[in-house]
This record gives sequence, C-alpha cells and structure tokens, in this order.
Amino acid sequence: MTTQSPPQPLRLVVDLNLCQSYGQCVYAAPTVFRFHGEESLEYDYAPDAGLRREVERAAAACPVQAITLSGATEPAPTVGGADR
Amino acid sequence: MTASGAAGLRSGRIVVVGASLAGLRAAEALRDEAFAGELTLIGEEPHEPYDRPPLSKAVLSGRLSCDHIVLPRVRNIDAHWLLGTPATGLDVPARRVELADGRSVAYDRLLIATGTRARPWPVRAGGGLDGVHVLRTREDAERLRGALVAGPSRVLVIGAGFTGGEVASVCRELGLAVTVTQRSGAPLTSALGGVIGRAAADWYREAGVDLRTDTTVQALEGDPSGRLRRAVLSDGTVVDAEVAVVATGALANTEWLAGSGLAADQRGVVSDGGCRAVTTDGRRAEDVFVAGDVARWPHPHYFGRLLRLDHWDNAVAQARTAAHNLVHGPGDQRVHRPLPAFWSHQFGRYLKSIGVPALADQVVVTQGALDQRRFVAAYGLKGRLVGAVAVDSPRVLDGYAALIEARAPFPPMLGATDGPAHLDPVDAELPGRAAGSASDHDPGTPSALASAASAHR
Repeated sequence: MTTQSPPQPLRLVVDLNLCQSYGQCVYAAPTVFRFHGEESLEYDYAPDAGLRREVERAAAACPVQAITLSGATEPAPTVGGADR
Repeated sequence: MTASGAAGLRSGRIVVVGASLAGLRAAEALRDEAFAGELTLIGEEPHEPYDRPPLSKAVLSGRLSCDHIVLPRVRNIDAHWLLGTPATGLDVPARRVELADGRSVAYDRLLIATGTRARPWPVRAGGGLDGVHVLRTREDAERLRGALVAGPSRVLVIGAGFTGGEVASVCRELGLAVTVTQRSGAPLTSALGGVIGRAAADWYREAGVDLRTDTTVQALEGDPSGRLRRAVLSDGTVVDAEVAVVATGALANTEWLAGSGLAADQRGVVSDGGCRAVTTDGRRAEDVFVAGDVARWPHPHYFGRLLRLDHWDNAVAQARTAAHNLVHGPGDQRVHRPLPAFWSHQFGRYLKSIGVPALADQVVVTQGALDQRRFVAAYGLKGRLVGAVAVDSPRVLDGYAALIEARAPFPPMLGATDGPAHLDPVDAELPGRAAGSASDHDPGTPSALASAASAHR
C-alpha cells in the first residue's frame, strides 16, 4: 500500500459583497450552500473533504466568481504549535 | 529607489499584528508580492483566522458551529504564527512589538490590523452581571448561543444597529421574546438615516419584536446572586429579561499603541491614503502600516474625510493595498480608495449597501417602495450620488456603484421600470448631520455591520 499525504482539508469563503444570489452554487453543492430567506446565501466554510468535487463545481459555476477555496498546503496554525 | 533598495523591500522582517481577516489576507498578499523575508503574524485570539459575519447569524441560530467558519488560507505563507498572544506595546524607534507574555518581536516593517471589539456595557450600570453579553468573537457567540438555547423568558438587545438587528432577528427565529432599545427614532439610523430606519422598524414589529425607539437603558439590575433580572429604561419602564445583548458599536483595539506616538485612539489608527500610519504630530510613521477595521484614513472619493469601516471587503482590499505598499518603493505606491460595501441579513431580508449612505443629506427611493419587500434607495450629498442601499435586490448595486464612482448627479436619472414615476428626495435624517448635535455618533464612522458583521463584514 502506498503512503499518501493526508488530503488537504476543504475550506471556502464566499465574498458576499460580490454574491448576487444567482444560486448556482446551491444547485451544484446543496449540502454546502443554501439560501436563508429569499436572497441571503449561507454556507459551510469547512465541509467534509469528500465534497471537494461538488464545491469545485460550485466555485466554477458562480457567475460572479465569488467563491474562494483554500490553496494552502501548510498545516493550520495552532496556539503554541510549530510555527512553520 | 535604487535597484538594491527595491530588492531590500522584498527581504527583512515584516510583522503583522492582528491575525483575523485583514492580517491573514495581508500576509498572503505579501507573499503574492514576492516578499521573501521573515513573516510573523501575532494574534490575540487562540484560534486560526475565522470569519465573523456568521457569528450573529448562522452560528447564533445554531445552523453552523464555530468549527465551520474557519477562513480558507488561499496560499502558503511560511510564517511564524503567534496566536493567543496579545500585543501590549509598540516601540516605533526601536522597531519592536511587546507581547503580553513578556517577549518582544523585532521588525523592519509593521502592519497594524488589530481590529475592533464590542463596546462593553459599563460595570457601574450592571455590565458585570451574569447574562450580559456582547458579540464579537467565537467565544462570545458560543456563550450567547448557550444562553439563548436555555430558553430565557425575554432577551433585551441594546442598540438597533446591524448587529442588534441580526441578534433580534435570530431570537425571533428561535421563538424567544425580544425587546430592543434604540437611542434614536428608528433602527439603523446612524448608518442609513431615519427614512430607511422607519422601514426597518416595520420589519422588527412584523417579526414580533418589542422595539422601543428614542429609548436608552439606564441600568441593568440583577438578583443577589448576580444574575441579570431586569433593565430600567429611560422612560421609567422596567423590562424583565434574563439575557441582554449589548450592541452599541465597536471600539478600535489601540490600547497597545499608547505611548507609541501614533495617532491612535478608540476611533482607530489614523493612516494616509496609502495605509501608512500617521503620528500624533501629523507625520508619516516610518515603516508602519495599518489595515482593516482599525484603520481610519482619508478616503479620496469622500472628500478626504477620515473613514473607519467595519466592513469585510474593506479588510480584504486594504490588506492588499497595504501589502503592496509595504514591498514597493515610493514610485509604486497605491492609494486605498474602494467604494465601501457591506451586507446584512435580518428579519428574512438581505440588505446590501454601496458607497457611504451615512454621509448623505438626502435620500430617495429609486426602485420599489419602502413598504414593499424589495426596494432600492439612493443617497445624495449636495446634489451628488454618494451611496445606495438595496433590500432583497442583490443584483442592482453594480450600476449604482458605477454612478457613485462617476460622482453622478443626485437624484440619479435611472429610468428604472420598477421605479416611481417621479423621484422626490427627502431629508435622509442622519443624526450626525443635525446642526449642533451632541450625538456620540461620528458621521465619519459608519457603524455598518459593526463588528460581527461583520465584521468584517
């Protein structure tokens, strides 16, 4: 069995100033994005890594490109942890 | 700038104080700008950077836990992180940041991004009672969420700004009785004025909120065990409540800069248009920059007035401008001049703003109507368009933004098919504009999305 580095955690943020509530992300990844009220988008910033393909599809489908995914491969910073 | 000097700006030690949205995005932008030196991020909170806008909405309502609002790190930054480590002092001549744990960190260039905190309720008026909350951090949100889940008989929200409205809205979603007090005549007046504020008052009342305008809280009172029991209001009435949420604005986190010589106080750290900190005697501080909620700078589009914005996109954009200017010479400096923008979600409505409505002298509804679910209002100052607000109309503001950038006349000539036949501007009723007003509201500091929104919203 080959050893693989653990998959990077999936993280995302939506620029809600750019967002115009087209809802394409809700169709692409309905367990991550949803509307609360008629026009207000809510979403999970840290969905399960297994949802990466859906989330990438959602980011690609956004008409105003408001969705940013994590690109860092460094470990997350911790209090008193190794700092590099 | 000599070639060697330009290269020098890409090396050395940059310290960023503040590890929330602005600090993180600045650090990433520094690496994008090819900064190859030593990078240190110092953060007071014991968490990796997280997003604050959901705290007063999805987190408080229980739809999202605080583990699920972590901000994505968009690239590797190869930084030293000092989290849970408040900065307590700054020595500008010696180029050192003092930390609460007694250490100090040396820098060649410094970025201040320490943000704001919620204005606390005075202890002499009951601020120390169990049950009195503010909402700015993860811990604040978790504590308040716990208090709401416990099923209090009534929640008192002090202040009907953006945070207060969002908290009251969530309380009603949870089926809790809510009283909101507001010093002025309507919600949101310091940011959006009395005309739009009165429309917002209808949202509160339709949702079943007991809204008390022109009313302040004189004291919060507790039982012998120190638990909040009631509030005494300025009109003499008493409201029984076990939970109070103080939503009366934000204070800049600048205490650590006392004695540093920087022009810094509760209103923010003054910087120039290029994000360079200014000293108390009006000079540029050497190699010290400011970004995010804590920055107070002369916005060139708004007549050079000092603005401090608790806005999410301002934190991101100002971080990028500061990062650029940190690593480029005098010949390649950028001016921070984006149109301010923010959003809020309350009482089932999605409100978006562009420009600075708080500066306006007049307002006019340009699309829809105030008593309809969707409407757009344009704000003018001295016959020029300076801002616009859209309720449940998220796709219209780009056009207004272009008009504001172009300093288009007010009232704007739009010809919107859903607009009134004739535009009839009225006084925007912004409290800061009243002649001789002793209001504590600073018209140069729109409190939009104060904090949780905010934060950085």
